[in-house]
Amino acid sequence: MRMDAVSKKTVGKIEKLAESVLRAVKGGGNPFVEIPVRSLANVRFNEKKRVVELGNQRQKRYFFNVAMAKKFMQTFLVSDACKELIESGKTTSIRDLYYITKHTIGDSKQNTFEEQDESDPIIEDIEVALDTLREELHLFASRKGTMVGPITIRDSGDTIDLRRMGSGGWGVPSIVEENVIQFGRHEARYVLLVEKDAVWSRFNEDKFWKRQNAIIIHGGGQPPRGVRRMVQRLHRELGLPVYVLVDNDPWGFYIYSVVKQGSINLAFESMRMAVPDARFIGLSSFDKVTYRLPSNVAIKMDDGDVARAKQMLAYPWFQAKQWQAEIQEMVRSGVKYELEALSRRGISFITEEYLPTKLKEKDWIA
Amino acid sequence: MAAKAAKADRGTRQLELVALANPPPEPEPAAEPRKPKRRATAEEMASRQREISISEFFTKNRHLLGFDNPSKALLTTIKEAVDNSLDACEEAGILPEITIEVRDLGFEGSGELTKGEGRFVVAVEDNGPGIVKAQAPKIFGKLLYGSKFHRLKQSRGQQGIGISAAAMYGQLTTGQPIRVVSRTGKGKPTHSFDIQIDTRKNAPVVNRDETLDDWHQEHGTRVELEIVANWQSGQKFVNRYVEHTALANPHCTVHYLRPKQARLSFPRATGELPKEALEIRPHPHGVELGALMTMAGDSKSRDVRGFLQSSFSRVSAQVAGEIVKNAGLKDRLRPRDIAGDRDLAEKLHKGIQATKIMAPPTNCLSPIGDALMRRGLVSFLSVIETDGPDGEDGQLDLDQVAKKKTRGKGKAAPVPEPAPADAEAEEGVEKIKGHDYFIATVTRPPRVYRGNPFQVEVGLAFGGSWPADKPVELFRFANRVPLLFQRSACGITDAVVKTDWRNYLLSQPKGSLPVGPMALLVHIASVWVPFTSESKEAVAHYPEIIREIQLAAQECGRKLAAHIRKRQHADYQSQRRSIFELYIHEVAEAIGKIVGRSPDPIRREFMKVAEKVTEADLESQDAKLEEAAEKTAKRPRRSEEDE
Ligand SMILES: Nc1ncnc2c1ncn2[C@@H]1O[C@H](COP(=O)(O)OP(=O)(O)O)[C@@H](O)[C@H]1O
Ligand SMILES: [Mg+2]
Repeated sequence: MRMDAVSKKTVGKIEKLAESVLRAVKGGGNPFVEIPVRSLANVRFNEKKRVVELGNQRQKRYFFNVAMAKKFMQTFLVSDACKELIESGKTTSIRDLYYITKHTIGDSKQNTFEEQDESDPIIEDIEVALDTLREELHLFASRKGTMVGPITIRDSGDTIDLRRMGSGGWGVPSIVEENVIQFGRHEARYVLLVEKDAVWSRFNEDKFWKRQNAIIIHGGGQPPRGVRRMVQRLHRELGLPVYVLVDNDPWGFYIYSVVKQGSINLAFESMRMAVPDARFIGLSSFDKVTYRLPSNVAIKMDDGDVARAKQMLAYPWFQAKQWQAEIQEMVRSGVKYELEALSRRGISFITEEYLPTKLKEKDWIA
Repeated sequence: MAAKAAKADRGTRQLELVALANPPPEPEPAAEPRKPKRRATAEEMASRQREISISEFFTKNRHLLGFDNPSKALLTTIKEAVDNSLDACEEAGILPEITIEVRDLGFEGSGELTKGEGRFVVAVEDNGPGIVKAQAPKIFGKLLYGSKFHRLKQSRGQQGIGISAAAMYGQLTTGQPIRVVSRTGKGKPTHSFDIQIDTRKNAPVVNRDETLDDWHQEHGTRVELEIVANWQSGQKFVNRYVEHTALANPHCTVHYLRPKQARLSFPRATGELPKEALEIRPHPHGVELGALMTMAGDSKSRDVRGFLQSSFSRVSAQVAGEIVKNAGLKDRLRPRDIAGDRDLAEKLHKGIQATKIMAPPTNCLSPIGDALMRRGLVSFLSVIETDGPDGEDGQLDLDQVAKKKTRGKGKAAPVPEPAPADAEAEEGVEKIKGHDYFIATVTRPPRVYRGNPFQVEVGLAFGGSWPADKPVELFRFANRVPLLFQRSACGITDAVVKTDWRNYLLSQPKGSLPVGPMALLVHIASVWVPFTSESKEAVAHYPEIIREIQLAAQECGRKLAAHIRKRQHADYQSQRRSIFELYIHEVAEAIGKIVGRSPDPIRREFMKVAEKVTEADLESQDAKLEEAAEKTAKRPRRSEEDE
């Protein structure tokens, strides 16, 4: 099968990596793979672009080092498997890749990988080390996002009308690049990203998208890459504003920040996924008063929540006055709210009252 | 001594318990005080008073001499005969070849090994100088008759009580006399006797006295005793004694014949006789008051100064003068006066203690020596049948013999993987029966306790097939004689337990022997070994002796620690190398596929680097180990002092 230019380039990068190792060994040296560090210490907030970016700290993964040898080996097992995937024109899940590369080493009792938790970070290592995208390696994560709205799309050549998705919605694939997904006719005015499946179902059943001409999409908690990339494309290519609706707790705030400027772990992909203009529409720490939420639907924050909230106070992207007030209010009150708490005011309160009011009053944080 | 105090304590507590269990009877109603009636007159009592012969005493107190039970008696009998053979050969300057034979009379009659107690014949034969005809009856038929008691010289026998006591035991239990064959040299007649002891008179009775036409030994002695013994439970201790005797006497060849088993031989590890032990005169500082009076009585000197000079070592005319002055005695005082006057003797005794006298000569001792101790250990490990300690607590304890059931041979605990074949042989490591043993030895310079020169040696064998999770096996020796009884009462054990072996990378429960795959040999050589009892089973707790043993143990321990570190290092090396080897295969395969080449040359390139890298890496690892070891060494040591 003939490879496209992108695939050729990716395979070339893998081969170059392997050859550099061979050269090092021939010269009697300790071979290594250089991998940009993916931790908070090597992440910085680009004020101008308003995204989280990877710094230039790199870490050498040596083979002749008892602590690194196994990871070094794993790096090449995964690289080899990816090369084969690309050359055969197949794409597979990272779970699948785990099974492809897992086997027992020699006559030992050791496996190349014991858990998928071991192979997933290796994939990310290769992405950053080779400066490639996961898609380019022909891999995708498990999909968990769903979308519905007044828009027609083409997915791998099939035309799909997202106005006719029934109660289940359309599953957002992990690879939503232009060569796979193209946008067709649409009447959408904005995109609403909600944190959870259950809340999304409420919006779908209430035909909120129809009433409001909105695309509603959820990412099952922290949205996967496909969902984030999709939101970015809708925002950039169709010029739609993005609203984010999450629980009122530190985790919810973090999800919003990831959508907005990227995550620490995938900082290298921020440019492709972040939506710096995304607006936080709720649940605000002050909504409990505005929308008269009874205190018995509140959940007490535990020590972990408080610590996390305090940590977030220091994040450079939460330095705006409004964000400081949000977080401080949460810490002060010592309680958090789930979106479902709004159902206390009526099952469709969230779709009929809460969100329309918020939008009308422009009660969001940009 | 704390341990003794505790024991005494337990004693009284037991008494108290008994008292509680049997409450005193209710006091009887107070009766009219009566004058007690005389029961016997002095004359009547006098009619029952008579001399107790030493033989009679022995009959009632045989445990004092090591004949408490049939298992122990078997060993003691063999031991007394073998000790004598070795002593005699050494004194005569003959390389000993000794045959030890145990015959089961029950087995010879019925074809079945005797279970438990039964009749046995013990025979010990040597190629020593032989015994002159006139002496034989007294040697074998009279207790407290010997050549070694009156001299200060390193030897195995001491009191002249050994072989005749065994003869008496045989006579008491089987009624059979001791049978002796002896010849003093080529062209000399071979005499054969049956000798019994008149226990009342402690005098020999010769039942048979023949001259043999022919004997296969040019010179030598054979003794044969029929005794009641327990081979079933006692044999493993005899085995151990024979093995250990060969270990401590590497110049000796031992043949060992047992019922229904193949002959076992320990060939000598050296053709060199041990350095001759020299006789010395007692040192004044070691003499006790009573002995001083006896010696004075025996002296033929005209005055005290002459007596001191001729009877003691290190007493010059000047020193003798000083002693007499310090004692406040008259110069012209005769030894006879001292022998008869306790006050005068005490003055002299104090005078001696108050005078500075040069330490006794120490060149009179004959240690085994480092090189021979090592060779002894090697040949011992090559011949022994046991795979290591087989007692429950890892120690052979003969005192426990009655309590222990006969058990199969102790299975050795898993041993550490043998080092890879290409590993360089480490200094001190010997390969024996396919196992690697590290052997270290230390011989201390001679020292003095209470005027008696003594010398301590320690040897250890580490690793091999010894179990790693059991207490180390402690082999105690005094004048080359294995001590198999009363381990916990022995000063040697005490010294080893008080040594902090954790400094040397062994684990050690509080107040116990260290734990590890190790045999520890401790030998004390002295002109007079201070035993705790006549049966010569345990060494007394003299602080000077304990200290010397500890110093020797520490010195050996330091060598051991260096070895253990080296081995840890080697383990680490092979461990990390195997990690890399494991992964190299995978990496070569993957990279080979990526670049489209065969994985084999890639693997070889990796292996080449692996060797180089591990070496360099190991150096830093080694430095770390070294550092850690230094830290342990800096830890306050429980008992190690600098010399
Ligand atoms: N096998 C032997 N060869 C030569 N002399 C012997 C032998 N056995 C014993 N003797 C002599 O008999 C003496 C008495 O022996 P023993 O009763 O064991 O007392 P001890 O060994 O304590 O002196 C020894 O001192 C030694 O002179
Ligand atoms: Mg003797």
